[in-house]
Amino acid sequence: MSQRTVELELATPGLDPQGRPVRVPLPADGGEHLLLNMGPQHPATHGVLRLVVELDGETVVRCIPHVGYLHSGFEKLGEYRHYNQIVPLTDRTDYLSPMANNVGMALAAEKLMGIEITPRCTVLRVIACEMSRIISHMVWLGTTSIDLGAFTPFLWAFQERERIYNLQEMWTGARLTTSLTRVGGLMADIPDNFVEELREFTRTFPNTLNEIDRVLTRNAVWAGRTQGVGVMTAAEAINYSLSGPMLRASGVPYDLRKDKPYLGYETYDFDVPVGEHGDVYDRYLVRLEECHQSNRILQQALERLPDGPINVDDPRVILPPKSRAMSDMEAMIFHFKQVMEGVKAPVGEAYVGIENPKGELGNYFVSDGTAKPVRWRIRPPSFINLSALSKMAQGHLLSDLVAINASVDIVMGEVDR
Amino acid sequence: MTSQIGQIPGRLREAVARDGETIVYVARERLLEAMTWLQQTPGQDYDYLVDVTAVEFRDRERPIEVVYFLRSLTRKADLRVKVELQATDELVVDSVWSLWHGADWLEREVYDMFGITFRGHPDLRRILMWETYAEGFPLRKDFPLRGRFSRAEQVRQALNANPEAHYSLDELSIADAWGDLPEDMRERLKRGERGTVPE
Amino acid sequence: MKRVVETKEVAGQSPNYLLAKFQELVDWAVNASRANSLWPMPFGTACCAIEFMATAASRYDFARFGMERQAFSPRQADVLICAGRLPFKLAPVIRRIYDQMPQPKWVISMGACASTGGIFDNYAMVQGIDTIVPVDVYVPGCPPRPEGLLYGVLLLHKKIRGESLFDAERRRDEQPLDEQGLRLSPAEIDEVSEPFGNSVHQFRSA
Repeated sequence: MSQRTVELELATPGLDPQGRPVRVPLPADGGEHLLLNMGPQHPATHGVLRLVVELDGETVVRCIPHVGYLHSGFEKLGEYRHYNQIVPLTDRTDYLSPMANNVGMALAAEKLMGIEITPRCTVLRVIACEMSRIISHMVWLGTTSIDLGAFTPFLWAFQERERIYNLQEMWTGARLTTSLTRVGGLMADIPDNFVEELREFTRTFPNTLNEIDRVLTRNAVWAGRTQGVGVMTAAEAINYSLSGPMLRASGVPYDLRKDKPYLGYETYDFDVPVGEHGDVYDRYLVRLEECHQSNRILQQALERLPDGPINVDDPRVILPPKSRAMSDMEAMIFHFKQVMEGVKAPVGEAYVGIENPKGELGNYFVSDGTAKPVRWRIRPPSFINLSALSKMAQGHLLSDLVAINASVDIVMGEVDR
Repeated sequence: MTSQIGQIPGRLREAVARDGETIVYVARERLLEAMTWLQQTPGQDYDYLVDVTAVEFRDRERPIEVVYFLRSLTRKADLRVKVELQATDELVVDSVWSLWHGADWLEREVYDMFGITFRGHPDLRRILMWETYAEGFPLRKDFPLRGRFSRAEQVRQALNANPEAHYSLDELSIADAWGDLPEDMRERLKRGERGTVPE
Repeated sequence: MKRVVETKEVAGQSPNYLLAKFQELVDWAVNASRANSLWPMPFGTACCAIEFMATAASRYDFARFGMERQAFSPRQADVLICAGRLPFKLAPVIRRIYDQMPQPKWVISMGACASTGGIFDNYAMVQGIDTIVPVDVYVPGCPPRPEGLLYGVLLLHKKIRGESLFDAERRRDEQPLDEQGLRLSPAEIDEVSEPFGNSVHQFRSA
């Protein structure tokens, strides 16, 4: 049989008016197709993702992803928690870049409540976001190279992650579930040696990136497996609501840090890599370059870190220090009200989208005047990026499907919430 | 921009959110018309769908809102469009999948969590819970946090649900289409012969 | 040879001195080889899977403890490490994976969510994988540090060394599901899933 791509309309008509399933006809050539189930437990699916693949030999005719195997009811839980109690939940959605999630949610809650954070807090949150971008891209790089056969970059990337984990642990006490932000500020200020250690990290990190670059970028196997694979044109990427590196690799120069700046990103000097072909190779290049740019932003942020308080000076929102809460009556009352009743948000709604490593992470809060939100919606970048997988995989080989799935950079905690 | 909001077909009223974004309430029957106008009119160009979700309030009198977050990448503008489903309405809305393919999974999730049906969606089935999930629609306010059934019952239903045994409609079509094949082809395949492929 | 744990009285052990010593020798050899080459089946779902991967990476490296090859096929695995939260949709999957593992097999429940449901006491989450599969070692933490997971693995080693081939009531025999499809009785499942401590107060929406 000749190698040719079989085009099939992926959309099914669903149920007919009598309620019976409408059958999609087999392709005209009458060849037998194989229905293959990958997952939900599979080393190459990056989490609990189930892919049902219709194969014509080795060629993927249709690929139907099934998600929901990690659905944890985050949004329901959020309706039963105060705003500060939601912060630990955000660590666990996108657990590869927890601090960025914390920041995104805090920004949305502060927008809702109309709180302006302090300059020091702003710069520290930028540092947190860029550190998260680096560790997320390092996981991506490591696991993608494992999927495509290169084991060593995984170890190099995870070693860099350990250095950032040290910094996160120094700052928040936890390696992974950081719960960094609070509404109106942060959980704690950075310790004394943090700036020096981070500066040392930014000095040596580009060496690892260059090592990985030397191993992979002009490698014939790597290029052969990733170039021309999983192409999404710019128009398709926009129509499928892709965001983040997926969108930029397809040639759409949209980055929330530049186009809808938050946390003072317009004052930093950095570039945004934009791809051309929209294939897996371009996504790799975009993410690798983003790591370099994050390094640049970190260096600038460390230079400009101002002194001052990290929390806004509003006793209704920020807990008073314990010593004052124990001795001063007013402080004790504020402490009591915040812990027992929570900080009440005004009636209304707010949506803030930030440039998460995976794409646009949006937090949408709807409040009815109480301390617990009526609705907490996470706009999940991985979920929406993954919905384009079936489109990208059509006509490619099964091994390309693994590469394409890896290039989407999904984290199932965020896909399923 | 604000002067043009008045031209959105089916527009009922506007509001402003606490983050400064404009919210437009649109009548349910004219949603598709309004969305098409917003996407395709030059000068509006809302080519990017950011999110689709639904909100149910604790106050039973307030309608359920289906919220669409639109963005124009070229004009760098955002708009929020809402459709209100009153308590007396049935939970059916037109799907915007034909305009933005990104709405595919987003609308499936709204269906799964709220029970709102999207007319015209190509494949509306549950996405986060398994397809035979019997407890209801989790994000509704009358759905308790820990679910309706006892834990033992939930475990029993989960272990017996076996989602991998239920294929979706299009997957079933591959496996079951044996019956639809022409008779001579079935005979041929049974004998192990492969046909000639038309080029 | 030095016994790590004391001998227990098991039915079927011979009162004859030589035979008992022989059984001890066989047990020691078998348990040592089993404990020192446990090939894990990483059933990694969420955040704990990342800490599992960090434990496998260079810094904490659990290949030092015999877990050299991560068996992604359950047919070739010794210990199922459930790293991460387990929603109800994933419950039949872990049961099937557990059933596919050949004997001898052990289960480590890594993290708070796998052990008890963790912070997710809601409609979607299994309140502890021990309602579905029998668990040998629970490693608490959210997520547990790599050192914590390594401690759990070492505890499992200790448990394995205390086992005996000649035990007539082999604990690790298949624990199949009953005709209802459950491993524990409904009353037991409800009891272990009861909220406790602070989570009793967290069910009021506003």
